[in-house]
Amino acid sequence: MWWPRWPDSPEIPGLARTLPNKVLDATDFKANHSPMNLPAKKLRPEVREPVALRDRAIDNLRFIRETMERSASFTHVSGIGGVGMGAIALAASVFASGYDDPVGWLVVWLVAAALSFSVAILTMARKSRAEGIPLLSGPGRRFVWNVTPPLAAGAVLTLALAYAGLTHLLPGTWLLLYGTSVVTGGSYSVRPVPLMGLLFMAAGTAAFVSPPGWGNAYMAAGFGGLHIVFGIVIWRKHGG
Amino acid sequence: MAADGGAVRRRKDDEGSPALGAVAGRSAEAGPLELDRLIHERVRLGIVSALAVNGSLSFTDLRDLLGTTDGNLSAHARRLEDAGYVVCMKSFEGRTPRTEYGLTDVGRRELNAYLNHMEAIIEATRE
Repeated sequence: MWWPRWPDSPEIPGLARTLPNKVLDATDFKANHSPMNLPAKKLRPEVREPVALRDRAIDNLRFIRETMERSASFTHVSGIGGVGMGAIALAASVFASGYDDPVGWLVVWLVAAALSFSVAILTMARKSRAEGIPLLSGPGRRFVWNVTPPLAAGAVLTLALAYAGLTHLLPGTWLLLYGTSVVTGGSYSVRPVPLMGLLFMAAGTAAFVSPPGWGNAYMAAGFGGLHIVFGIVIWRKHGG
Repeated sequence: MAADGGAVRRRKDDEGSPALGAVAGRSAEAGPLELDRLIHERVRLGIVSALAVNGSLSFTDLRDLLGTTDGNLSAHARRLEDAGYVVCMKSFEGRTPRTEYGLTDVGRRELNAYLNHMEAIIEATRE
């Protein structure tokens, strides 16, 4: 049987003429080194890599910082809630000023306090839902633990002072202890929150050294004014 | 892989840029891209970062914080645990099982090394 002579070596005469364009057999340099045969990597400009790398490094650092902040700070203090609480307090101060007897005055403010706390809790829950972080996660639990003791002390003192007939001391007590709870709870929250607490404490202290008749005005300025001002700041700067 | 319990690897680096080679405790072996892969992954980086600022966090806190699923988180947490970066403490609250995670010294050191590495990259590629 006859077989064609298979060109198994480039030395065979006539090969270059029979298969001039077959890349696998060709011995000429051009065919094997066309740009199509070069590795793709070399076609890409190499300058781009450090930039992408840098961007990714910056992005990674940002991710770490945001995760740390989100996991550690309590971000659900609601500015809208603050404005709402301030409005309730202003309305209460108007109502309360109409009462001459301390019992009526006390009842108005206690109702206002209950309303305010409901507003605060509802708006915090709303904000935490919007942020996708459960209200009572790690920082939330710490917030509750820090806020509650001064408020509990305030409740006890309210009872004690009311029974003793010293209701003129209540505005100072409330402002001071509410401020304390905001400072302690706000230490894990955004900066304006503890600052607001300090101002509440200052207002409470001032109320103690002022004439008893000014109590209602201090209440309006503190629970009304401070809440509204800081509520707007938080609303604007920290969303919600 | 630094799955060997985060043992500090030092190798003479001859190809990486000098600025990257200088990062303590982390070699720039095959170029700057050779990171601690264990910590580089997003969920794991999130776990380690969150634990670095909170003494310990529960499984559900971590899951909600990082927005992952149960299975995803437990798989990633397991890898970190195997490497000795985090510790897992299981307990019962009444009848409900409770899983708490905490960062080990090794994990804290590796996070620091990773942060240094990122800073070195930014430093080295500054225009």
